[in-house]
Amino acid sequence: MWLIYFFKMITFNQVHKRYPGGYEALKNVSFDIAEGEMVFLTGHSGAGKSTLLKLIAAIERPNSGSVLVNNQNIGALKGGALPYLRRNLGIIFQDHKLLFDRNVFDNVLLPLQICGFEHRESGKRVRAALDKVGLLKREKSNPIALSGGEQQRLCIARAIVNRPSILLADEPTGNLDAAYAREIMAIFNSFHQVGATLLISTHDESVLQDSGVRRLVLKEGVLQ
Amino acid sequence: MTRAFAQHLGVLRAVLRRMFSSKLAGSLNILVIGIALSLPAGMYMLLQNAQGLVAQLSGTPQISLFLNMDAKTEDIDRLHKQLAQHPAVAGVEFVARAQALEQLKQGTGLSDLISGLQQNPLPDAFVVHPKPGDAQSLDALRGELAKLSKVSEAQLDSAWAYKLEALLKFGRLAVLILASLLSLALIAVTFNTIRLQILTQRDEIEVAKLIGATDGFIRRPFLYFGATQGLFGGIMAWLIVAASLLLLNRQLGALSQLYASQFTLHPLSFGDSLSLLLFSVYLGWLGAWLSVARHLSQIEPH
Repeated sequence: MWLIYFFKMITFNQVHKRYPGGYEALKNVSFDIAEGEMVFLTGHSGAGKSTLLKLIAAIERPNSGSVLVNNQNIGALKGGALPYLRRNLGIIFQDHKLLFDRNVFDNVLLPLQICGFEHRESGKRVRAALDKVGLLKREKSNPIALSGGEQQRLCIARAIVNRPSILLADEPTGNLDAAYAREIMAIFNSFHQVGATLLISTHDESVLQDSGVRRLVLKEGVLQ
Repeated sequence: MTRAFAQHLGVLRAVLRRMFSSKLAGSLNILVIGIALSLPAGMYMLLQNAQGLVAQLSGTPQISLFLNMDAKTEDIDRLHKQLAQHPAVAGVEFVARAQALEQLKQGTGLSDLISGLQQNPLPDAFVVHPKPGDAQSLDALRGELAKLSKVSEAQLDSAWAYKLEALLKFGRLAVLILASLLSLALIAVTFNTIRLQILTQRDEIEVAKLIGATDGFIRRPFLYFGATQGLFGGIMAWLIVAASLLLLNRQLGALSQLYASQFTLHPLSFGDSLSLLLFSVYLGWLGAWLSVARHLSQIEPH
């Protein structure tokens, strides 16, 4: 058992996050997520789920306490090291953040371009990622022509194409019907099986019910 | 190494594609930069030509000594010896008054008029070739020779060339000021172009930052765009100058035929052309860099 705790992937230590204007999004939050673990982050909207994910990706910084990802203190990270932290994270955004000026293939290609992958190698990887989320036949389409569920899967393909060790998903099944939601959870499960660490924020009861996965429950910024 | 090189090439390709995707806006920018640069470059070219002309004319300065009308043969011989032994004089020629009149008859179209003269109005003269020196020492020599006995006047033939030289110095300063101002304008044009690009690519920049792009990666296409636009602007400026030169030379050919002389403008030298291109590339890059430094930090993912 102690071995799991030894390989801590994400650690929050008495983290406070207060936004300018005084709103306290997170209060004294502490938890660990071990390497290869899959965890659900739940709570009502406004409970601080998105803020917690943003702290891991260093999009926001904690006011006090420490956030450690892969044993790196995010709060003390220099600006130049930030990109290399983020390359190790796959983030699935609530609003997808897809680029509509390019096709599906090029959207997934972007992380590989950023990391400087070789042309042929990156083409293979992009197709593998698209295949995994079932969008291989749509690689020439513009993301705007995709349905909500397909856009979500495209966002997942972009997050995994770089084979990150941590996947963060913010309400990945938010606006989807139950069938689509199950599909997406199946994709996440397959990543869990190959050893990725996953933190999935959701308030979708249908997703939460059918799993024995560990949950972190936030209520008004406090971990329950 | 090759991977990094391929990556840079890829960025350059994307930049070129973007530049030519908006044909009108892109070519307008290039035209503006070209015109702005062609003005100082063209003026510089004209100055270089004038400079060459001056060097050609003032390369062998002469001092003409006109003698008094009453100078006798022994005075002339004495002066000739004196001049030939002078340490600052390289050579001396005597021009007898009769000879001078003959030259005047042949050299100009005034033979009829001159034949009508009762007597030769021209004095005997020496043409003195001084040893090379600056304007001041030549002027001192002229003053010294003017004081010799039987010499009525000493003229430094290249005096006008020195005045022209001073005028050219003034012209060069004007070109420098013009070039500085228009360089600023070029930087401003690029700054603004890049600013607009950054604004329209806000989403892409934000997403790229979120998935681990370094600042260098995000900056690169904008810097390449600025430099490439500068390069095309420089080429445009060169073409404008070259085309103007062609037109001017055609006109100048007709003009110099009337004056029975051969004079054509020389184009910008290879070195100057290269400097023009490098300078415009640098200005484009600088404008882009300033713009990126100013605007990129404002885009942070949230």
